[in-house]
Amino acid sequence: MSPSNTLLDSALPPPAPSKPTTKTRPFYWSVRRELWENRSIYIAPLAAAGVVLVGLIIGAFHLPTRWAHMVSTLDPTRQSQIVAIPYAIAATAIMATAFVVAIFYSLGALQSERRDRSILFWKSLPVSDLTTVMSKAVIPLVVLPVVSFVIMLVTLLFMLAVTAVVLPMNGAPANLLLSAFPLGKTTVELAYVLVVFTLWHAPIWGWLMLVSGWARRATFLWAFGPPVVACVFERLAFNTSYLPALLHYRLTGALTEAFNAGDASANMNHLDLAQMDPLKFMFTPGLWLGLLVAAILFAAAVWQRRYRAPI
Amino acid sequence: MSCIEAHGLRKAFGNTVALDSIDLRVETGRILGLIGPNGAGKTTALNAILGLASYEGDLKVLGRDPWRDRDELMRDVCFIADVAVLPRWMRVSQALDYVAGVHPRFDRAKAEAFLAKTSIQRSSLVRSLSKGMVTQLHLALIMAIDAKLLVLDEPTLGLDILYRKEFYDTLLNDYFDHSRTIVVTTHQVEEVQHILTDLMFINRGRIVLDCSMEAFEQRYAEVMVAPEQLAAARALGPLHERQVFGRSILLFDGADRKTLAELGEVRTPNIADLFVAVIGADAAPTQGAAA
Repeated sequence: MSPSNTLLDSALPPPAPSKPTTKTRPFYWSVRRELWENRSIYIAPLAAAGVVLVGLIIGAFHLPTRWAHMVSTLDPTRQSQIVAIPYAIAATAIMATAFVVAIFYSLGALQSERRDRSILFWKSLPVSDLTTVMSKAVIPLVVLPVVSFVIMLVTLLFMLAVTAVVLPMNGAPANLLLSAFPLGKTTVELAYVLVVFTLWHAPIWGWLMLVSGWARRATFLWAFGPPVVACVFERLAFNTSYLPALLHYRLTGALTEAFNAGDASANMNHLDLAQMDPLKFMFTPGLWLGLLVAAILFAAAVWQRRYRAPI
Repeated sequence: MSCIEAHGLRKAFGNTVALDSIDLRVETGRILGLIGPNGAGKTTALNAILGLASYEGDLKVLGRDPWRDRDELMRDVCFIADVAVLPRWMRVSQALDYVAGVHPRFDRAKAEAFLAKTSIQRSSLVRSLSKGMVTQLHLALIMAIDAKLLVLDEPTLGLDILYRKEFYDTLLNDYFDHSRTIVVTTHQVEEVQHILTDLMFINRGRIVLDCSMEAFEQRYAEVMVAPEQLAAARALGPLHERQVFGRSILLFDGADRKTLAELGEVRTPNIADLFVAVIGADAAPTQGAAA
């Protein structure tokens, strides 16, 4: 097209000089964007903690005297074990909630932006697919574990305060819970459990995110259907169950590989500093294989987003 | 440097060829109207230019390969896609925060000033805004970005006349200058005719017309011919003929103005009328005259 002077041109102001560019933080703002959109990331674990706490407080204030008497007659070790149970329940509830939130978040992460067509808006901004996918990946990999950690710690402090009031009323020592969960040790334990599980589950988040970016609908079905079908097929065709064992190992293996107890059904109050074995965990091939698979899955999700359009 | 330069740009979906090796060149400081029927390849072409879809052939936008460097390209390119695509869960203040946080050329004060002229509340959710207001918000975000190329794909679809008029007025008065380039596609051709500097018709994946508006005005003429002069007028080989109130309006390409003036009142056709003539002829070659 040749340049021409139209009526329009004469009325226009001269070109303005380009303004200096401002410093940006695409990754930081993309993560905040995720938190704006998915408030369940922090609301759900908070709600879980709240429900458990309120239930415990109501229960604690009308503790049957018989039970209280029984506790006070037990030896101190047994006492602290019993008092530890409610916090173990609370911590487990928070972790389980965070896990469920992570599943549903990951399944929607790269699908909802296509469904509501907002992907066209996100792609109109200078944010790379890598930054976008990584900002979503850190939700199950970093944000949710940190949120869970903080909530579990605050819950513990809160319960320490409550038991310090309630226990003496029932004739038990005020520091009973503290002796079951010494603050420093418990902080380390909680952090260890979260780190170990997050690293161990990384390929799960990678898989869910890939499905989320790939499936047009029914992400849940696409994510969990094929593994189940494959397990059934393996059973029927070869009468073996390597795949179910593999999946089970991926779900709960962190318990057996990162702790010495070797008890897969171990509860929070059974896990102990003494049982933590970071060295054993670090030399578990399953950890590194899992991380490698996770890296491949996340890379595929990044590569795939370039081709994604509204559905 | 041209803003957009394409050679042999091609895109096929299976056996359907959406873009059939088109050559395209858009200079800086132009406002190009890309006009075509549904499924002509407009959006495919824009998607290629914006780095949203892969393509074959050579394409450079502001000197960059859009498919490879989309995120870098988007520092200098803005686009509004066919319908409101702002996320519905977002608050207006969050939209401002986010764009300010990721876009190096975003001037927040400018966006705030533009929003102040509207009735949009900072705390409103996008989902609670009317379609017209969402477009105003999007326009406020876009206009505060010091971009070199703005691509609008049916930006006023579904808006009422007031918002549509305001949209283009704002764009021209407060945004456009010679350092920027605008590419717009729309079906409401009459609304953009007065703002375009260049015109391009695209049909079935090919460019069937490419000219500046100045050339358009020189080249094409429309004459309302009385029935007794119809035969003489037809002898000049009109591009298209239509009936209005019992009189014939003939559209000519490159005919001598003086000759035409003897047949009746000569005027510049609407883009819409030329579109019907050119695309209609393209769709059914036997019906068209000497095109």
